[in-house]
Amino acid sequence: MNNLLVLPVVIPLVTGMILIFLQRRPRLQRGLGIAGVILSLSLAGYLVRTVHERGIQTLNIGGWPAPFGITLVADMLSALLVFAAFIVALACLMFAGPAAGKHERYYLYPLMLILVCGVNGSFLTGDIFNLFVFFEVMLIASYVLLTLGSKREQLRQSIKYVLINMISSTLFVVAVAYLYAIAGTLNMAHLSERVAEAGQDGLLTTVSLLFLAVFGIKAALLLFFWLPGPYSAPPAVVTALFAALLTKVGIYAILRVFTLIFYHQPQITHTALMVMGAFSMVLGALGAAFHWRIRKILAYNVIISAGFIAFGIGASSAVSLTGALYYLLHDIIAKAWIFILGGAVIGIAGTDRLKEIKGLIHYRPALGWMFLLAVLAVAGVPPLSGFPGKMLILKGGIERELYLLTAIGLAVSLIALYSLMKVFIHSFWGEALLNEGEQHDTGKGALLPGAMLSALAVGLGIGAEWVLAYIEPAVETMMNPRIYIDAVLRAEN
Amino acid sequence: METFMVIISGCLFGIGTYNLLSKNLLRIIFGTGLFTHASHLMVLTLAGLKKGAAPLIGGEEAGYTDPLPQALILTSIVINFALTAFILVLGYRAYVDTGFENVKQLKGYDHE
Repeated sequence: MNNLLVLPVVIPLVTGMILIFLQRRPRLQRGLGIAGVILSLSLAGYLVRTVHERGIQTLNIGGWPAPFGITLVADMLSALLVFAAFIVALACLMFAGPAAGKHERYYLYPLMLILVCGVNGSFLTGDIFNLFVFFEVMLIASYVLLTLGSKREQLRQSIKYVLINMISSTLFVVAVAYLYAIAGTLNMAHLSERVAEAGQDGLLTTVSLLFLAVFGIKAALLLFFWLPGPYSAPPAVVTALFAALLTKVGIYAILRVFTLIFYHQPQITHTALMVMGAFSMVLGALGAAFHWRIRKILAYNVIISAGFIAFGIGASSAVSLTGALYYLLHDIIAKAWIFILGGAVIGIAGTDRLKEIKGLIHYRPALGWMFLLAVLAVAGVPPLSGFPGKMLILKGGIERELYLLTAIGLAVSLIALYSLMKVFIHSFWGEALLNEGEQHDTGKGALLPGAMLSALAVGLGIGAEWVLAYIEPAVETMMNPRIYIDAVLRAEN
Repeated sequence: METFMVIISGCLFGIGTYNLLSKNLLRIIFGTGLFTHASHLMVLTLAGLKKGAAPLIGGEEAGYTDPLPQALILTSIVINFALTAFILVLGYRAYVDTGFENVKQLKGYDHE
């Protein structure tokens, strides 16, 4: 029992609720929001350390013992992701002030914090129905964030987004119902045990594929057709938060469910996962290479990385899982980073059409060089943060003799690099189109969060050995579900 | 009784899907409503319907229906109620602001 576990969920929620009452004072809201996130970030750091030193921490809410009540579980995977989520939340809040404009007054900060609450709840919960509830908390916040400002384009895109997510949430309930009917429990550790006892027969495998479809929609894995539209409509700060966190929660759910519960039939489920990964990599890369608008290119890059991580999970060896988790952590930070910088570019130029932007390096050299760094990190150029994860995933692929997938992964990395370089070259190089004073926005707001995330990304790349020491216990738990089950069901209270 | 409920729920899924596939936004929203109703009925049925006894500690063990799915449905109903209200307002706003009522208008990426 460790009450620390509930704080990453409760602090953003309570802060968000307080901020609702301060609607007329956006600066105070932002300050309080940042304070709340910094507090939770330090607690999350402490949580990571605790898990590293003392193993998996659990909290049975309401004192109900483990498979009967809702359990919060922090293994290394959850703790690291919670930590990364708070870093991103901090960066986005820092960026929000200048970039959000009039949206600040319409509950932008409370919604961002509630979204973070839902994300962290999904990472920490040990109960599959509770996972659904936290998904909904996160999604409802995201619906409102998406419509903030209610421009024509936003209304159009949000209808699509809300409908798709409503349907996938219903399917989630259906999948949970089937699982409950078969296994008679909702606690993930207990489920894992029961599924292992009963053997994963055809029925359970079918249910697992239903889960894969549901999480695939949420994670933009193969079923990504809803993503590019909604991710390019709202203000830059909202897109950054979405790109960094929303799809990652879906990927986390896949990672958890297919390493903890449904790991008995990898020739079906994990093959499906790899096929979905391959298709989203290829189609995402084609989309990124084809488009000439910054927002679209960045959105398709989200899809590529979802595919890449799915490849790592599907190969399901210790090496590839280490790579997948490393890449997931990198991707949370890098996507926030590049979306924030991209948002600043769009803000300065007043358009996201690449052919109408030119020569921004003359106004904002620091922004330009940071963008180049972000491009290289996302593409996985050493020694930046994308490299160790990508390398380990590819190594895992080669060890499993998945040569085709490995080749796709390599080729797609090149295309992703091309698509982002296209953004860099066209928006920063060349003669300046705008004269001094003609910019729509200064773009200075992105510098501080951008610099913070740059430092982190470089640290994550250079300090790989140090980070791997933290990732190792997470992978050990994924490879050996017994550890997780024992920690949850046989914890001495 | 369980068989009957399963068939009902299947019919609701069918009607819901049919409505989801239409082009009119209002029909689609009703479709999602039916869809979620169907899923709730299914959750209720999968855990077994009425058995008789009240779920009290110390009573007969196998005599009562598992109350957990009912708690799940309650949660899910609340969530779906909120979502339906939200999407109705969203659809109305889109209709008033942009004259949107047909999904064909959702096609493409072009702003304006």
